[in-house]
Amino acid sequence: MMFSTARNLRKHGVLGVNERNARLIMKHNPRRLYPNVDNKVITKELALAAGMAVPELYGLIGHQSEVRNLGKVIGERDSFVIKPAHGSGGDGIIVVTGRSARKRDCYRMASGLLITESELQHHTSNVVGGQYSLSGNPDIALIEYCVEFDPVFANVSYQGVPDIRVIVYRGYPIMAMVRLPTRMSSGKANLHKGAVGAGIDMCSGCTLNGVLDNAVVDEHPDTGALIAGLQIPGWDFILRSAARGLEVTGLGYLGVDIVIDRHHGPLILEMNARPGLNIQIANCTGLAGRISRVDELYDAAASPEARAKFARSEFAVATSRA
Amino acid sequence: MTMRYVYLLAALLTAIGVSIFAYKWQVLGFPLTDDQETPVWTVETSVHFDAGPGPIKASLQIPTLTPGFGISEEYSVSRNYGFSVNNVSGGRQAQWTVRRTAGQQTLYYRIVVYEDRDADLSDTTPPFPLPPVINEPLRTAVDVIVSEVRGHSADAASFTAELLRVVNSPSPGSSVNLLLAEVDTPLEFVKIMTTVLAAARIPARIIRGMELQDRTRRANLIPWLEIHDGVRWRFFNPRNGNENLPDHFLIWCRGDDSLVQVAGGTNVEVRFAVQKNFIDSMAVAEKRARVRQSVLVNFSLASLPIQTQAVYSVLLMIPIGALIMVLMRNLVGIDAFGTFMPVLIALSFRETRLFWGIVLFTLLVALGLSIRFLLERLRLLLVPRLSAVLIVVVLLMLVISIASHKMGMETGLSVALFPMVIIAMTIERMSVVWEERGPADAIRGGTGSLLVAVVAYLAMGMNWLEHIITSFPELLLVVLAIVILLGRYTGYRLSELVRFKALSGE
Repeated sequence: MMFSTARNLRKHGVLGVNERNARLIMKHNPRRLYPNVDNKVITKELALAAGMAVPELYGLIGHQSEVRNLGKVIGERDSFVIKPAHGSGGDGIIVVTGRSARKRDCYRMASGLLITESELQHHTSNVVGGQYSLSGNPDIALIEYCVEFDPVFANVSYQGVPDIRVIVYRGYPIMAMVRLPTRMSSGKANLHKGAVGAGIDMCSGCTLNGVLDNAVVDEHPDTGALIAGLQIPGWDFILRSAARGLEVTGLGYLGVDIVIDRHHGPLILEMNARPGLNIQIANCTGLAGRISRVDELYDAAASPEARAKFARSEFAVATSRA
Repeated sequence: MTMRYVYLLAALLTAIGVSIFAYKWQVLGFPLTDDQETPVWTVETSVHFDAGPGPIKASLQIPTLTPGFGISEEYSVSRNYGFSVNNVSGGRQAQWTVRRTAGQQTLYYRIVVYEDRDADLSDTTPPFPLPPVINEPLRTAVDVIVSEVRGHSADAASFTAELLRVVNSPSPGSSVNLLLAEVDTPLEFVKIMTTVLAAARIPARIIRGMELQDRTRRANLIPWLEIHDGVRWRFFNPRNGNENLPDHFLIWCRGDDSLVQVAGGTNVEVRFAVQKNFIDSMAVAEKRARVRQSVLVNFSLASLPIQTQAVYSVLLMIPIGALIMVLMRNLVGIDAFGTFMPVLIALSFRETRLFWGIVLFTLLVALGLSIRFLLERLRLLLVPRLSAVLIVVVLLMLVISIASHKMGMETGLSVALFPMVIIAMTIERMSVVWEERGPADAIRGGTGSLLVAVVAYLAMGMNWLEHIITSFPELLLVVLAIVILLGRYTGYRLSELVRFKALSGE
């Protein structure tokens, strides 16, 4: 039974963690380039330098003594996000979407709960202290623009911001999914925590069926809206931005996370040198086949635009799936 | 390309590890299990005599070269006597001396030997003997026999066999009768054979030894014939000419010199008693290796002081725990906190035993976790908070120890054996995961760590495995090779078979 399952997975080109680590990450992602993606401050600078769209940075807090300046950094803004520069998996992120009507120093989080400024300061101090950084080292807290997500996803997300994950292999976008927050994931776009993942047809940019905890779902568990068939706006732009991830970071196997803002369009949120493999479940397709297709037709001289075009023509989903 | 180096390295490490292991096991006889015992023979020689008025000097021939046996130890028990072992022509001699004594005396010499098929047979190659001076009419008889036997033989060995056949024949010829006319004892018989062999220019000597049998109170020395064929010494049964040594035959001495000489004593009597014992194979193997001056044993664990050995018997099992960790992580795919945290937890289980280990560990982590959540409300900075958790863990350990002691449960005391830093880290990691990913993930990670720890503990606690690893540390090279190979394993993890089941098309 076990061996036949393994054989079938192999036949369907499903990529396992061991294989991803040994064949892709170790081969294409040199360690010295990790800071480019692990440190969100550097990622943001690199992306800005490359002319990519990113959420506006309001300020950085890199030292415990600066934590009390949090109020000054926030200024009169009503919405913002606090996140650790070295966070992973969405840990340590606080999304503030508004303020209490009666008290200006009481903020409303995406979940609807209120949080005082001193609590925000404590959280920021934890971030700076390194509680959410991968190695527990002192960290930097970013305070940045809070994305107001595009209405296209309004019916299929619960609180939080849905984001689009594109896997880019040697500069070629090969697979994508959209992660839809649910009540279970407490508004976080993280599949581990119960967010719904929906595959995306690389050609059209339309969503496919969703997956919740390894099971296929048609409807969003909280809103009941159909997940499949949503057209993602600016799909071509998204693919081209993702393809440029190679030039920006130098990493050959990359996950690019993009959010679609109501006002600013697709913004690059972060990049990941060890993107997870759940995207295969969301797309009901293994990554290995697409990877070997890229290896076959790899062209080092191809521009990001050409690579995005390649993805649209090569990795279209058969209509029966969509 | 890299793959080839990985395979090559793994093959090399395995080859080195396995060949050292095989050498120690097969050649040096290191036992595979720790309850394995090797028979050893204790031969006790007692020399009885009545002391005369003057100084006494007693000498006893003792074993020197013992094909088929290795000498483990030898000692003498003899009150008031000076004791020394001297090398004399033909072997070694034990010598007891005393200035003045009276009455009946008993001197003991005890030797412990173990069977060793490959025991060193090296011996000197003797010169060709000079033709013996024999008086008539014996001389003619010897010449007749020699020329008759020579006609029926090809070399030294076949000459000896034929000679012994002729002299032992039930209807001997007249020259044989003449030759054996004055022979009374087997010893004299063998002695006359050496004379005939010398006349044929074949180096020969008498050996005397005993067949070792358990619980023999009076063993006798049996004379045997040894000849040199130009390459090595060969043994012949003087009674029938068969080339062999009896089973368990311990060669006690060579030549026809009397076994014991006591100057200044009378009524001398020698007795041999044989006893078979069993001792730890390991000790015998080490002795054997030392005799061979094997470098491997000089670098073995046994050459370290006892306390250090005890430390290493634990340390050497850590690679096994690490191997389990690799298997559980990369083949099974179990979530666990930290890389080696489960192995360290498993190490502490060694002291507490499994059941109490799990109970105490769970109790400690659960208590620590609740206190950690209380501390969370105080909004402490990271490092002070970690330190606070550590201090609380130490206090909790104290409380558990005291409480269990008061209740008469001594097992609770062993809580002190847990590495508290590991516990504090576990608590901190768990609480962060708890907050960030929810209780489900935290408990899954905690259970995973505990599960890996239990499996690692069971693997590291296997007595036979511990014995094998401590006696054959070179096998860790094989473990290293396996870990290196697993480092290039790109197949699925067991957990992924479940995770991606939807994609398998089943």
